Amino acid sequence: MKRRTWLPYVLLAPGLAWLAVFYLAPLVQLASVSLQSPFPGYPGYYYRNVDVGNYVTALGSFGAHFGRSVLYAALATVFAFALAYPLAYAVAFKAGRWRNLMLVAIMAPFLTSFILRTIAWRQILADDGFVARTLGVLHLLPGERITETWVAVVAGLTYTFLPFMALPIYAGLERVDPRLIEAGTDLYAGAFTTFRTVTLPLSMPGVLAGTLLTFIPAAGDYVNAELLGSDTGTKMVGNVIESQFFRVLGGYPVAAALSIVLMGLILVLVGAYVRRFGTKELV
Amino acid sequence: MDVPLDPAVRALRRAAARSLATRREALGAGMGLAALAAVAACAPPPPPAGGGLDIRALPADVSARDRTLRFSNWTAYLDLSEDAKTYPTLAAFEKRTGIDVAYAEDIDDNDTYFTKIAPQLRSRQDVGADLFVFTDWMINRLIRERLVAPLELLRMPNATHLLDTMKDAPFDPGRHFSLAWQGGFGGIGYNRRKLGRDLRSIEDLWADDLRGKVVAVSEFRDTAGLVMLAQGVDITGSFGKTEVENAFGEVEKRIADGHIRRIRGNSYLQDLKSGNALAGLVWSGDLFSLRAETGDDSWQFVLPDSGGTLWTDNVAVPVTSPRRRNAEALMNYYYDPAVAAQVAAYVTYVCPVRGAQEAMEKIDPALAKSPFVFPTDDFLRRHARVFRALDADEDAEYGARWAKVVGN
Repeated sequence: MKRRTWLPYVLLAPGLAWLAVFYLAPLVQLASVSLQSPFPGYPGYYYRNVDVGNYVTALGSFGAHFGRSVLYAALATVFAFALAYPLAYAVAFKAGRWRNLMLVAIMAPFLTSFILRTIAWRQILADDGFVARTLGVLHLLPGERITETWVAVVAGLTYTFLPFMALPIYAGLERVDPRLIEAGTDLYAGAFTTFRTVTLPLSMPGVLAGTLLTFIPAAGDYVNAELLGSDTGTKMVGNVIESQFFRVLGGYPVAAALSIVLMGLILVLVGAYVRRFGTKELV
Repeated sequence: MDVPLDPAVRALRRAAARSLATRREALGAGMGLAALAAVAACAPPPPPAGGGLDIRALPADVSARDRTLRFSNWTAYLDLSEDAKTYPTLAAFEKRTGIDVAYAEDIDDNDTYFTKIAPQLRSRQDVGADLFVFTDWMINRLIRERLVAPLELLRMPNATHLLDTMKDAPFDPGRHFSLAWQGGFGGIGYNRRKLGRDLRSIEDLWADDLRGKVVAVSEFRDTAGLVMLAQGVDITGSFGKTEVENAFGEVEKRIADGHIRRIRGNSYLQDLKSGNALAGLVWSGDLFSLRAETGDDSWQFVLPDSGGTLWTDNVAVPVTSPRRRNAEALMNYYYDPAVAAQVAAYVTYVCPVRGAQEAMEKIDPALAKSPFVFPTDDFLRRHARVFRALDADEDAEYGARWAKVVGN
């Protein structure tokens, strides 16, 4: 009986050590950097301080970037949901022997680099490309271009995170007992009513997981805005963090403050969302 | 929650709660300690003390017994054999000196490479290189912060072959800390066939039919530098905040009205290739490789009437390197005109070595005539300007302001 008390610690130790070294320590370091002050007269050097001015700069100068990050990520989540749900439904219920092939097709893009795929989108959406030409002929392209607009950024985000939406929804739908759906039909519910009252609620854990897995990384993404967006008007928080960290001499603390604010913002939004749409079933 | 009435069960539950609490406390304490350790371990390095570099503070040189050298460079910046397996000039150097060179093409951006090595360099820890290459404004920062070792010019007799125009670099007068590796021009690039005309000035770029079809490099010393030259500012001289702000304002305006499509690093080449852009403020070597790659001679590079910018990439030794003399042997070797010509034939940027032009006659007579590879002093005087070295505060201020111009 006595032996048991230390066993959990031993089993937990590797995981905890991992968390302490690779999660907690960097997080604390990040928080500490976000409060540093620039060394007067020596741009690029800092001293330890409690300088909340970095947070004032982060929120004051880059509010629009936070707004865009949340907006674009939300739009991408909605679009990804609209595309992924029918897809996942088809794979789960209608694919038959094609199911595995379809799953592989959803995941196949992961086998190539995400950056390369985004650069490929620039070629696909280029002014002289098929998409832009067709839309231009149909007078559906007011600015005469797709790349370097917010449309391209949101489309890129939607594309990038689609599998993160589709797979959890598929997993959720796959677990639905088909007899429950049959029962709905037996009780004279139409196809739509059955879907609305039986299938959709039962797949909610998957939908919730999918939306979180899409929204959270999309809000922090900067590659799509960098490669598909414009200079002013479509850049997201990730772009500012990159620029402050790498390119602005003395921007380290502001970059750290931006990261902390973004983390807090996402935490609050996700917290509110999960509370609203509740998830006892969310694994 | 309802507490079970059975006292035994209640006692068990209390015990479990207590053990949970102590476990949680132990974990909390452990995590807290780890966090404190993290903060203590990573204090930001202090700025350099006043005065010059203390040579005695350099690590002892081990070159005599350690015949190795680690050279970090940019991609496509050294002649490569046709099977892409060896660097012929480097192999010859290894054979001649017995120094084993680990050559790494691990620099693709001044900022990201510097940000990566700066913490170690500032706290005097090895950065995995004995020799690295930075553009003039960045090497200026490193020299200012005393992060590169002084060169023993006496050990590098070939260094006298450095072009006169590059000898008194504004960031390193007399070249005590760095030597030019390659140089290049900032100017106008465009597609003559698609455009149906030639571009000669910055003003030509703002023609109505080029709206949304112009790209520019993200390096402000080139993009804003070219605009400043067009505005009649001497970028080599004593300009200040007002002149810089005027040029930034012009660029900002052209971005806002959609004339400049995008400001990018080297990837602006993709926009030119895909047809999203027809012209831009670009780097000379990029346009020449675009021409070679597409086999399309209608890609033109010109220095604008008001003048182009001339930049250099400079090779230097980090203060942390204990193999300074091996590094100097390599620099000396690459300043041999015959060797420099071999490198220039491959990279096609501005060759900084006097005498290499004559050596080039034997390798590629056409290239030997190109003013963009072997510019004469007169050509440089008439067509190109070097952006003056900024002091630390200007460097930080303009950089931060430029980040805003490009939307960050």
